[in-house]
Amino acid sequence: MSTELTRCSAAELAGRIHARELSAVEVTQAHLDRIAAVEGAVHAFLHLDPEAALSTAAAVDDGLARGNPPASPLAGVPLALKDVFTTLDMPTTCGSRMLQGWRPPYDATVTRRLRDAGVVILGKTNMDEFAMGSSTENSAYGPTHNPWDIDRVPGGSGGGSAAAVAAFEAPLAIGTDTGGSIRQPSALTGTVGVKPTYGGVSRYGLVAFSSSLDQGGPVARTVLDAALLHEVIGGYDPLDSTSIDAPVPPVARAARAGATGDLTGVRVGVVSQFRGQGYQPGVLRAFELAVSRLRELGAHVIEVSCPSFDHALPAYYLIAPSECSSNLARFDGMRYGLRVGDDGRHGAEEVMSLTRAAGFGPEVKRRIMLGTYALSAGYYDAYYGQAQKVRTLIIRDFAAAFERVDVLVSPTTPTTAFRLGERVDDPLAMYLSDLCTIPANLAGNAALSVPAGLSDDDGLPVGLQVMAPALADDRAYRVAAAYEAARNAAEGGPLSHRVPEMEVVG
Amino acid sequence: MPTVSRDEVAHLARLARLAVTEEELDLFAGQLEVILASVARVGEVAAADIPPTSHAVGLTDVFRADVPRPGLTQRQALSGAYETEGGRFRVPRILDES
Repeated sequence: MSTELTRCSAAELAGRIHARELSAVEVTQAHLDRIAAVEGAVHAFLHLDPEAALSTAAAVDDGLARGNPPASPLAGVPLALKDVFTTLDMPTTCGSRMLQGWRPPYDATVTRRLRDAGVVILGKTNMDEFAMGSSTENSAYGPTHNPWDIDRVPGGSGGGSAAAVAAFEAPLAIGTDTGGSIRQPSALTGTVGVKPTYGGVSRYGLVAFSSSLDQGGPVARTVLDAALLHEVIGGYDPLDSTSIDAPVPPVARAARAGATGDLTGVRVGVVSQFRGQGYQPGVLRAFELAVSRLRELGAHVIEVSCPSFDHALPAYYLIAPSECSSNLARFDGMRYGLRVGDDGRHGAEEVMSLTRAAGFGPEVKRRIMLGTYALSAGYYDAYYGQAQKVRTLIIRDFAAAFERVDVLVSPTTPTTAFRLGERVDDPLAMYLSDLCTIPANLAGNAALSVPAGLSDDDGLPVGLQVMAPALADDRAYRVAAAYEAARNAAEGGPLSHRVPEMEVVG
Repeated sequence: MPTVSRDEVAHLARLARLAVTEEELDLFAGQLEVILASVARVGEVAAADIPPTSHAVGLTDVFRADVPRPGLTQRQALSGAYETEGGRFRVPRILDES
């Protein structure tokens, strides 16, 4: 019975909770039981708060029993929150020793909106330190394992959120996507992950890595569930001056419309830059199959060239580290977080250096130094300045493409999940994981990853990336929902249900 | 192609307030050189007349009504401090007295 509950979609759980067929408490308990059984193998969470989760669930049940309408379409549904959003009642560590045990004095806007919507927050999920990485191996608290093969990475930086959803520990999760940290883990774990249009979801209380790129978004097992969560967390926030003061695109309506399976008249562009050398053959075959399904659904598919995308990766690895070197200067050991070497002999500057040396892991240090280099006098124009110009060219490529097509598609990432340890000593190989996801971050438009079957060479999940113009997030949802419905029908059910059984403890 | 010496890494680490070990100097020098060689490819793009983009959405000044709203209390602000003294953050000495 409880296994069955953990396999339900968020939409179905919410419907049954709101109809009083199920209690939010029993749904939450089922997920806590599942976590107790598989978490030893997956390690998706850094912190769990069963008592708070059950009391939130009980409050939802109480309200419904009194005849109050549910606070939102997801009231009573459990969720896993990436440990980069501040939470008053739980630690916020960002996967770093620097913030071990830190209890923020305020809630992020995303956290606040989840609470107001009656969503049950189970705990905080593991991540690459300060969201820098593509495998979750940069967490100071040990890696998360991919539920499809526990010897492999779940992607990153939001590997904990994606793995929690793939392992049925939660039907919903929140991630953040700076260069692909929602979409790439979703591709590697067979889940749905969405990077909304930049500014579509408030960054207030999202610990900053690269402020011009960071964007929170939903992770789920179905496109509709992601859309429902998107509508809960999205929208203007006076506390984030970069949030967009416009209505949230009608993503749930688009997901429902898409699920009817008709894409007649929709123009789809296949990005010609994101194929060929360096791509796993099984990933490309799954992608071609996905494109042919879009054609069968009535979409008009053409090839679109975006030549500047070839320079997106190097531009990103200048811009993001530059912003990171500035943002992470706040971790100075003075007002909160770790402090090392305060022994009466060392001055403030030395304590700062010792604290940062002890508190940051190698990847964070590399990026801080890379950013410091790129912003140095004498290098600024050649590196940071030039990367900003490339950013303009990428935006122009997108604009030209979206004059010809409604959405662009590509594989989400060039390979399936790699083995733990395989890329840890080769930063550049790790960076290549983000090759296809980065352009949408640099340009700020919406993009998502939807499961596109298994790669026929290793049996691991592949993601189809759908990119839409800024503020047209609904277009990506519509196409993804249509594709999801067609793939499920053709292959006898959702991909997420084909994840191998994990050894269950107890 | 950019080269990165141990001295340069030490300089960057100093600028970034990161204490580094001798082994880290070697490791980071090698890795930063490889990464910089790769990202230097942005220089191949002919972009002399292309305006830079610092931000994906055209940022303009954002105004709000000038009304007070509650911020953190002193206790909340100090809640994460390593050490406090007299309701303030206690920090190591900032002037070199030795």
